[in-house]
Amino acid sequence: MAQSQSSVEVSPMAKSEETIITCEGINKWFGDMHVLKDVNLTIKKGEVLVILGPSGSGKSTFIRTINGLEPIQKGHIEIDGVSLTHDIKDIEAIRRETGMVFQQFNLFPHMTILKNIMLGPIWVKKKPKAEAEKIARELLERVGIPEQADKYPGQLSGGQQQRVAIARALAMQPEIMLFDEPTSALDPEMIKEVLDVMKELARSGITMLCVTHEMGFAREVADRIVLFDGGEIVETGTPEELFDNPKHERTKLFLSQIL
Amino acid sequence: MSVDLKIVENKQMIAPPKTSASLWDWVRNNLFNNWYNTILTFVAGFIIIGIAYNVLSWVLFEAQWTVITNNYRLFMVGRYPLSELWRIWSLLTIVSFMFGLCSGSFKGTILRLSGILAGIYLIHLLAPFTASSSKVWLAVQLAGLVIGFLIALKLPYNKRIAIIGWVITIPLVFFFIHGFGILPEVRTTFWNGLLLTVLLAGVAIILSFPLGVLLALGRTSKLPAIKYFCIGYIELIRAVPLITIFLMAQVLIPLFLPTGLTIDNLLRVMLGATLFTAAYAAENVRGGLQSIPNGQYEAAKAIGLNPFQTTFFIVLPQALRAIIPTIVGQSISMFKDTSLVAIVGLLDLLGIAQSVKSNPEFLGRHMEVYIYIAFVYWVIAYSMSYSSRRIEKSLGVGER
Ligand SMILES: Nc1ncnc2c1ncn2[C@@H]1O[C@H](COP(=O)(O)OP(=O)(O)OP(=O)(O)O)[C@@H](O)[C@H]1O
Ligand SMILES: [Mg+2]
Repeated sequence: MAQSQSSVEVSPMAKSEETIITCEGINKWFGDMHVLKDVNLTIKKGEVLVILGPSGSGKSTFIRTINGLEPIQKGHIEIDGVSLTHDIKDIEAIRRETGMVFQQFNLFPHMTILKNIMLGPIWVKKKPKAEAEKIARELLERVGIPEQADKYPGQLSGGQQQRVAIARALAMQPEIMLFDEPTSALDPEMIKEVLDVMKELARSGITMLCVTHEMGFAREVADRIVLFDGGEIVETGTPEELFDNPKHERTKLFLSQIL
Repeated sequence: MSVDLKIVENKQMIAPPKTSASLWDWVRNNLFNNWYNTILTFVAGFIIIGIAYNVLSWVLFEAQWTVITNNYRLFMVGRYPLSELWRIWSLLTIVSFMFGLCSGSFKGTILRLSGILAGIYLIHLLAPFTASSSKVWLAVQLAGLVIGFLIALKLPYNKRIAIIGWVITIPLVFFFIHGFGILPEVRTTFWNGLLLTVLLAGVAIILSFPLGVLLALGRTSKLPAIKYFCIGYIELIRAVPLITIFLMAQVLIPLFLPTGLTIDNLLRVMLGATLFTAAYAAENVRGGLQSIPNGQYEAAKAIGLNPFQTTFFIVLPQALRAIIPTIVGQSISMFKDTSLVAIVGLLDLLGIAQSVKSNPEFLGRHMEVYIYIAFVYWVIAYSMSYSSRRIEKSLGVGER
């Protein structure tokens, strides 16, 4: 609990004490491979959580369990009061609450940028077309590319595509945003434009879970950092605690390799 | 003046380096560049000239094309009653109008297809052997094309209207041909010639497509009953030659039907062709489905689309786009394969050809007959493959 108090001091945005994500004893196997081992984590509303860890440590798998893209074999996940079970109704309810941004953008190549963003609001939230378009245009404004609305994804740069992907996720007005290495597929000169959008988002008070290798970003915006290794959470703490004063040997090793 | 000169200079600088300055250079570089190529050129040249001379002299002087011109109506519509022929012309007018409408709305490929169609009408209009009543109707066709085109240019929402128009046109076509009690009925045994070929191919191609999509989706279903039914159907049909299916439709099905119940002969054959094509369409669609990366499914799930929406908004549009060339290729072979119905006794274009050449009046004129119908098949099949190539190219935008 000390952690969440310190996070209040770190961030200008007051975090509520309300829990939005609870993960209890999560276990996942791919065949015989045990990829998530007893992961326990609670996340407060408005918290920005950065997940670090070496390759293959289970970061992607973990973040994908939260919106049900990866089913778990053991454990319990609860999001905003809804238990994530195998019932498709629960899974769809949770997916309406969470937006996800992928490493490879995964935009729909056969639709214009505007249609990509409007799809969810129209068909999932059942909004009228005009309202969905208004939301989409506002979001494009927010991520800084209003002039690209009528192009196709293939005509945009990687950084622009990823910003569209963020806008598409935000169009569902989610409580929670999940990012899985959103800048790893980008050329270096485009990373900043995406990180800037994410920083602005972090300050807006939305709950964010973010797998990334961008240490500068983690230090600047994270309320809390979780270090994964071998499918387990090795260490949790504020950026200061973790970067300047790591307690665990595996954290030190990871930081020495990456910094 | 000096400005003009500059432009000319610039143009020369931009132009790509010329590899062959003139026809003569090209000939020298490619045909006569050394002694054995020179010999090859002469040998090949003599063979080609010999063949061309023989073919041309046959086509122009020896062949007696009266076997075609005297039987033109047979080739087109077969034994369709003369008194009801206006119905065929009328439906053709609707189709011409729709082609015009689509050309004006979509431009591009369909516009060029309409151009080909107009060319065909024009040639027949100008041909000396065409009956004067047909000439009037042919002029009406040309007018239909042009009027449709002009209307589309003025119409708002013309693309949607064009698509709805086709949906209405298709039942209308059958109404005109058959009559359905409102017009005097013309039984299906009188639908012959090119009319039958186009109808059969059209029905098989259009109906097999949605069926194929359903079968392909069924094959990927998680429900074992649906999945194995689809796999069983597809694999069974693909293991059977089309001619067997036609024979079964013709001979076996009537045997199994309870006495008193009959299904129209043509209907059975159409059903057979559709079911056959659907199995192949399903495999093509499955190929398209497999080409969709997993990330597309995940992104669709992540924004909360349900499986149905994911399939219809995300997966199918991309999968179908990817297989347009394959679908057209399959349609071309279906179009040609309809000629197999001649073997089971139907008088399609090939069936008519066979009956015409065995008419004692035109004894020995089979060459002319076969060359003519081959040419008809070629024009239609080539138009299809030409549009496929154009669509493939124009799909660049919108794809990744
Ligand atoms: N669909 C799958 N089937 C089988 N094994 C998988 C699958 N997805 C991931 N794995 C395995 O699970 C382990 C954890 O993978 P995960 O993608 O979660 O790692 P990660 O921490 O995200 O790594 P990276 O930084 O490289 O993205 C890895 O050993 C990986 O090989
Ligand atoms: Mg990963």
